[in-house]
Amino acid sequence: MKAYLILADGSVYTGSSFGARRDALCEVVFNTSMTGYTEVLTDPSYYGQGVIMTYPIEGNYGVNFDDMESRRIWVSCFIVRECTTLASNFRCEATLDELLKKYDIPGISGIDTRAITKKIRENGTMPGYLTTNPDYNKEEILKKLRGYKIVDAVKTVTRPEPLHLTGGGYRVALLDVGAKDNIAGSLHRRGLDVTVYPALTPAEEILAAKPDGIMISNGPGDPTDCGEVIANVKKLYDSDVPIFGICLGHQLMALATGASTEKLKYGHRGANHPVKDLALGRVYITSQNHGYVVSKIDENVAEISHVNVNDGTVEGLRYKGKNIFTVQFHPEACPGPQDTEYLFDEFIEMMGGKKNA
Amino acid sequence: MPKSPDIKKVLVIGSGPIIIGQAAEFDYAGTQACRSLKDDGVEVVLINSNPATIMTDKDIADKVYIEPLTTETVEKVILAEKPDSILPTLGGQTGLNLAMELAEAGFLKEHNVRLLGTSSETIRMAEDRQSFKDAMLSIDQPCIASKVVETYADALAFAKEIGFPVIVRPAYTLGGTGGGIAETEEELAQIAPHGLRLSRVGQVLIEKCIAGWKEIEFEVIRDGAGSCITVCSMENLDPVGVHTGDSIVVAPAQTLADKEYQMLRTAAIRIIDKLKVEGGCNVQFALEPNSFEYAVIEVNPRVSRSSALASKATGYPIAKVAAKIALGYHLDEIKNAVTGKTFACFEPALDYIVAKIPKWPFDKFVTAERKLGTQMKATGEVMSISPSFEGALMKAVRSLELNIYSLDLPYYQPMDADRLREELKKVDDMRLFAVAQALKKGISVDEINEITKIDKWFLGKIDNIMKLEEALRSEELTPELLEKAKIYGFYDKVIGQIVGKTDREIKALRLQWNILPAYKMVDTCAAEFEAVTPYYYSCYGSETEADPSSDRKKILVLGSGPIRIGQGIEFDYCSVHAVWALSKLGYETIIVNNNPETVSTDFDISDKLYFEPLTPEDVENIVDVEQPYGAIVQFGGQTAIKLTQALNDMGVRILGTDARDVDRAEDRELFDEVLEICKIRRPQGRTIFTCEEAIAAANEIGYPVLVRPSYVLGGQGMEIAYNDKDITVYMEIINRSVQEHPILVDKYVHGKEVEVDAVCDGTDILIPGIMEHLERAGIHSGDSISVYPAQTLTEEEKETIIRFTKSLATELHVVGLINIQFIVAADGVYVIEVNPRSSRTVPYISKVTNVPIVALAIRCMLGERLRDLGYGVDLHPEADYVAVKMPVFSFEKLHDVDTALGPEMKSTGEVLGIAPTFHEALYKSFIASGFVIPERGNMLITVRDTDKEEVCQLAKDFAEYGFGIYATGGTCQYLRDNGVWARRVNKIAEGSPDILDFIGGGGVDLVVNTPTRGRQHNRDGFKIRRTSVERSVPCMTSLDTARALLTAIKQKDEGELGIVDISTI
Repeated sequence: MKAYLILADGSVYTGSSFGARRDALCEVVFNTSMTGYTEVLTDPSYYGQGVIMTYPIEGNYGVNFDDMESRRIWVSCFIVRECTTLASNFRCEATLDELLKKYDIPGISGIDTRAITKKIRENGTMPGYLTTNPDYNKEEILKKLRGYKIVDAVKTVTRPEPLHLTGGGYRVALLDVGAKDNIAGSLHRRGLDVTVYPALTPAEEILAAKPDGIMISNGPGDPTDCGEVIANVKKLYDSDVPIFGICLGHQLMALATGASTEKLKYGHRGANHPVKDLALGRVYITSQNHGYVVSKIDENVAEISHVNVNDGTVEGLRYKGKNIFTVQFHPEACPGPQDTEYLFDEFIEMMGGKKNA
Repeated sequence: MPKSPDIKKVLVIGSGPIIIGQAAEFDYAGTQACRSLKDDGVEVVLINSNPATIMTDKDIADKVYIEPLTTETVEKVILAEKPDSILPTLGGQTGLNLAMELAEAGFLKEHNVRLLGTSSETIRMAEDRQSFKDAMLSIDQPCIASKVVETYADALAFAKEIGFPVIVRPAYTLGGTGGGIAETEEELAQIAPHGLRLSRVGQVLIEKCIAGWKEIEFEVIRDGAGSCITVCSMENLDPVGVHTGDSIVVAPAQTLADKEYQMLRTAAIRIIDKLKVEGGCNVQFALEPNSFEYAVIEVNPRVSRSSALASKATGYPIAKVAAKIALGYHLDEIKNAVTGKTFACFEPALDYIVAKIPKWPFDKFVTAERKLGTQMKATGEVMSISPSFEGALMKAVRSLELNIYSLDLPYYQPMDADRLREELKKVDDMRLFAVAQALKKGISVDEINEITKIDKWFLGKIDNIMKLEEALRSEELTPELLEKAKIYGFYDKVIGQIVGKTDREIKALRLQWNILPAYKMVDTCAAEFEAVTPYYYSCYGSETEADPSSDRKKILVLGSGPIRIGQGIEFDYCSVHAVWALSKLGYETIIVNNNPETVSTDFDISDKLYFEPLTPEDVENIVDVEQPYGAIVQFGGQTAIKLTQALNDMGVRILGTDARDVDRAEDRELFDEVLEICKIRRPQGRTIFTCEEAIAAANEIGYPVLVRPSYVLGGQGMEIAYNDKDITVYMEIINRSVQEHPILVDKYVHGKEVEVDAVCDGTDILIPGIMEHLERAGIHSGDSISVYPAQTLTEEEKETIIRFTKSLATELHVVGLINIQFIVAADGVYVIEVNPRSSRTVPYISKVTNVPIVALAIRCMLGERLRDLGYGVDLHPEADYVAVKMPVFSFEKLHDVDTALGPEMKSTGEVLGIAPTFHEALYKSFIASGFVIPERGNMLITVRDTDKEEVCQLAKDFAEYGFGIYATGGTCQYLRDNGVWARRVNKIAEGSPDILDFIGGGGVDLVVNTPTRGRQHNRDGFKIRRTSVERSVPCMTSLDTARALLTAIKQKDEGELGIVDISTI
């Protein structure tokens, strides 16, 4: 069956439908990772977005449900050059097509993904509409696209109930503003006792449990939409509990302490982004997925610890007089390089040496 | 950190001659690195014995020593040039070994020469099997159960401990030379002692065999600050068990989930970090297909064949970046030349798939053992790029120039499923096609995976290709089906053959249905950033990115495809120089080529690079887009020449000699007319098609005769026949591959063989130099020792050669290059071959005469006159130096190949010896070719009857010099009768200990064996030659070569050898 991808600039790409057969309205972004489609699809940060994979063949090793980074797919629609049913891997439990069908997510294949990527590179991310209806009304769709904005993203993706992962080490509170499972996993594997809290949990409740450290996760959408969470994060900041923030967590902490965020033209999404750790003088390759960056940092509040080698944007902050550090990239990987995992160990060190597992 | 200020003068060591396992990739890496060093204002001193390389040009380095790659020579260069540093990681294993020896001997320290890039400790840790294993153990990286042994007894004991099969890997050898898989104790007894002998340090590794695991490679780069990146992952279609150089390889890895991919990537980074490599490094893993279990197979702390492939596959110039790191730069200070904006510190993202297929020499060595294992056999490789695996594979297959355009090979078509099941068990160069046929015949992917262990993903993809072929056969050709076939890389002609149309009709349909190729850019970043390098590949169903607009005239330069015997790196040298000459004259240059190892496919050589198969259709597609002003085919060997007709049909102007005149040189009858007009003789000959005609012709002109196909490449299929029976045998062999052109039978004339290359402008000619072959006529020019200037010609003979060259060039209206081979016989000068194009001697003769032959040829092609170009006309004045070009062979890697030299070319590469006198140059060329010159010792002589008289004097001279002479029955008696005291050795039939035991037991230092009748199966001679090769005993199959060796041996006593910086010539 044919599928049509209509972009906000009026261009239409005709390909084949796979996954669920339904329409999808989304913000179209591209990801340059060459592996990890299951992880990408289930990363809550993609809520409301249609993801183009620039690598041309997806589905090669099928799907193993253990590789899901959250309870479902959050990507609105999946845009690929070729979706193969040749799924070859010893862990394979389903094909990519079956995964999308299971979570009722549509996909389009057989289109020139590089051409669309270049368009986004030139014009910035843009809304798009995927349909299998050959008689679609282009004018109406374009009207819908013009008004499209991702709303209530964090509220939608965060878990409804807290989750407790028992461990023998420090007790960490993880504020789930759209967390990938491997953040909790990276902490728990290091022996920590992790409690995952829904995004809107009041700071008082988190602090009342007297955690040794607080982790603020990644998540979707425009960080400035998260007023309520930002207010809570400010209270956490004031608490003197060690804090480690990733991605949206990094942006929320910055906003809570007076900095700003800006939208990038087409974001950083992929597994090859070079980030320099200014303290170590060493560059690490990182996994990234963000459309916004932190800017206008008050030097008295925080200092830049990491920068992006490609475009010089802020990739990490260390808060002055506080046991707080945050990064824009994803040390938990999945998908992508594991080179910055050492940050979890730094977080443990920051919590003090006493109960380390 | 910027460049270290105390690095001012760097010695770069090249990799020497092209041999199997060490080919053009090091010219690519070395050239790139030298240019990168020069960009930084560093003075570059280069040493490399290979004159066919671009890196040994004086434009590439400041000082160029084309000298033997031995520690003595490198020491001399260091003493003469006083470099402050040495860069050893760009010259392959040869460069690395040399630097290690100098470092270990303390020479570098003593002369304050710093080892750049990677330290000797690192090299030792990576290269020495035991230290490597210990290092891996210390960072929890699993290795395969293995043990280093120094004796066969230990090898056997360990093999029994871990269980057969085991792999034998000699330490410090290239391309796995001397290694192999031993399934049984008997096999181990064969392989292990051989490996022990070939290892530089007398060690082999006995290793648990993990054949069938996935083989995955990572190219990793690390800088002095410790920042690490992986440039590319690669996956071998052929599982562990086949040498990676002999495997079909794809990039990036296709069958790994993110979990496995990151596990191996992290391991690769931990390994390079442990080894503290500063520069590029290659890490090979084996991954068990049904678990997360993996093992580190090998680490190479230097640029390699894989790094060249990774560079071309990604657009990331590994050698250039490695050179900058060696100077002290950090990755985040080196600009990414492709984007011009980002830095070298990132990991390339691909939005296409790359396929590499090796090019094996089995089409030339028809008797060679085709089985693939741990010892590499390929001479070169092709690469292709496409957004689909199917497209990449099909493009790569037709790039091999095997006249194969689809996977459905006629050879396998008649076989039934059971027979194919047997074929699938053979691990050889044809397995891909056996797999395809098995799928076509309905054998399941699961079953094939069971037999071959090739991942089901690859098998499924190959099955897609076969299914599409079936769809073309059974369904109506719709626009959708045709587009899918093009996306899958099907060639128009193949589609046409299946659906019953011509290729032109298929093209017309494509135009009608708007199914046109699009050209996409290789940009390192999957379009995330704008790229500035026009490096293109074709695909279908896409928007094109090629921009044909230009304010300059565009010239298409057709490359020479994969490196093979008879068409080597020399043609890449010529292609690159053609591009440089054209650029200098203000033209826009476009290169089409498919060889990832070469300089010509570096993205900053030409204005545009199309990485595409060199077939009429693929070239026409480029012509349709670019509409070039003209095309140049003279420099790309037969590959480019073969495209002349097609280019003519496309209406593309061929620059230089007209295609009709090329035909007059290549077509026998037309050429006879040319000779008639010029009043030049050639050995009598006939053009025939059948065996009966051949026998008739041979009897008419008289034996011995040369038999060969016309339109030859490196003497492919050429043989000397002495009788009717020989002819019957050769004709059968020649006709095994499809012959589109007739077969030639020529009188074999005895005499000196002389060769010239000349530049012609249509009126005048310039001969940079006359070369004389040391071996008499009958040995292919590419396998002969060639001497410039000619040493034994009279002035009159030289005059004749100049006159003949001029008259042939004029009559053939040659504009550009011409190569002519002569025989100077007792009764005058004969012409044996005229090639109106570039030849393999052009690079070396350009260097030793200082005449820029290619550039002059280009200027002539574009209308300039030789008289205005400043290099004179007719014969260029002779140089003050003598240069001897010596062929280099790879026989030890190719079992069952006869080492006897003849009219069919067998060498894979060449070296140069250059010195003020002939004797010194000859001696140097022997050393450079890796020849271990025996000073004294035992010489074994077995020659055919016709050589007996001549060999007496030679034996006397060797005996006089102190060699003990040994011979078998007849030869021995003959020698004794003629006053040479020879000791007798048993022939093979005469019982043990026989001649083979004698050679095998180490009793012989030199063998002279002249083959009896051509290819007639003299198994004794063949066994003697093969045993010599396998025991590393020099074996001369021509008395001329043996005579030359004696000259060289005597020279050895003449004292110190000098060194020559060719940039001063």
